[in-house]
Amino acid sequence: MMFAALHDSKLVWLYCGVLALLVISTLIGQVLKAARKGDASRSTIDNLNARIRAWWKMAAIFAVAVAFGPIGALVLFGLISFLAMREYMTLVPTRRGDHLTLFWSFFVIMPLQYYLIGIQWYGFFAIMIPVFAFVFVPTSIAIAGDTEHFLERAAKIQFGIMVCAYCLSHAPALLLLHIPGFEGHDARLLLYLVIVDQMSDVLQYVWGKLIGRHKIAWRVSPNKTWEGFVGGVASATALGTALWWATPFTPLQSAGMSLMICLLGFAGGLVMSAIKRDIGIKDFGVVIEGHGGILDRIDSLCFAAPIFFHLIRYYFVR
Amino acid sequence: MSAGIHPVASLLAAIARGISGVQVQWAGCEPDERQRIYFANHSSHLDFVVLWSALPPDLRARTRPIAAKDYWEQRPLRLYLAKNVFHAVLVERGAAAKTQHPEEAHFVGRHLIDQMAEALGSENSLILFPEGTRGTGEKLGPFRSGLYHLALHRPDVELVPAYLENLNRILPKGEFLPVPMLSLLTFGKPIQVEQSEHKDDFLERAREAVASLRRIGNA
Repeated sequence: MMFAALHDSKLVWLYCGVLALLVISTLIGQVLKAARKGDASRSTIDNLNARIRAWWKMAAIFAVAVAFGPIGALVLFGLISFLAMREYMTLVPTRRGDHLTLFWSFFVIMPLQYYLIGIQWYGFFAIMIPVFAFVFVPTSIAIAGDTEHFLERAAKIQFGIMVCAYCLSHAPALLLLHIPGFEGHDARLLLYLVIVDQMSDVLQYVWGKLIGRHKIAWRVSPNKTWEGFVGGVASATALGTALWWATPFTPLQSAGMSLMICLLGFAGGLVMSAIKRDIGIKDFGVVIEGHGGILDRIDSLCFAAPIFFHLIRYYFVR
Repeated sequence: MSAGIHPVASLLAAIARGISGVQVQWAGCEPDERQRIYFANHSSHLDFVVLWSALPPDLRARTRPIAAKDYWEQRPLRLYLAKNVFHAVLVERGAAAKTQHPEEAHFVGRHLIDQMAEALGSENSLILFPEGTRGTGEKLGPFRSGLYHLALHRPDVELVPAYLENLNRILPKGEFLPVPMLSLLTFGKPIQVEQSEHKDDFLERAREAVASLRRIGNA
């Protein structure tokens, strides 16, 4: 099972592409480091190189996990969900009365979500958190008896479970779709989603640094510019379109899917930035060097994954 | 007393670190061989284990917690954990305050200090929670005087303040199940009793030294 990935030559090509990107960006990072001058550019370049180092690690972890098939992907994303929710709940103000509800969120609701995907119970996994947890969370807080900021607390906890567990879990759920004529190649879809989504982030950052002038929503995220947005989305969509051969899509469909992933990725990042401004912090954590926290890295994936999943399920599965 | 580390202690330390995702900051000093009394805020059962596990392994074997006898002797498992696993120094809490006679209070107080001084010996360090009990984590309670008397008794021992942040949300008093949020442990700059410093002044200064290490929602 572990080496099943090697028999899928298109998957191998995707990985080779990722490897090539990493090598090229590492080289660029080192050249910039050698040529740098001035303190301001120094910190930017150090940050860039730290990000590249983190990318090597993330890519390696991803590749190893997905090589173990659906189980590996579920475990990997389950772990990411856990870490993301941990950052989120740490920074969101909760009260003593939320304790048991939080315990359930971490140790029952989230694992159950991934378990349901594992046993392919689509009907339940699609509604467990939006319906059952939605009813459970406020009830459990109410039973604890503390009514101070009740609605905010219930809403904040539910939102955290939705984003960190529910939304993100749709990424590994891709591996369990049965697309006619595409059986056994679902790992490519997951990789496609992650590549386009994360490259959209990276390219928006790069374009923004290179030619960014006009801020989109400077109150929310001072680093997001129109130039970065348009350049990043356009180039990541182009990249995604060029990867159509690895997917069940035609080139045109692939372009549409990539555009959708990029736009939703942008939306996810923007919403998470707004939350961070609201709480009054810059990053959700310091777990990944140079990237802020886990949640900062996957915020774009959280919004793109469920819609990508449902579009494929609706148009390609039946 | 360097009996080595009980395997259960190492296991619990690893679990506590995992659950609390603690980040350790040595802001005012570095880990050191010398004898120390680490004193910190107290809001969770995890406090001691997390602080203890933040020390390098060779120091851990020589660092013992001061724990309340009345609480830790209540159940056999607690007593086993305190005595055999963590080599805790079990002391009577507030015994001096309970008695009516000032002389007796003085005697009991003396006994307490002697007990802690004996535990320090010539090479051990101690972990002490001067509030004497677990609080809610929102506010630091008043410090009890043991720290002051012990410091006078052993001026050679360094007093290191530490702040444990967020552990009250991970495992608050009265809860049994932990919520794995992230936490922060900050070690501050060592303090000492100044020449002819009054007890209350010192205790307030020590309390301030701990409180000032708080980073989120400084109150």
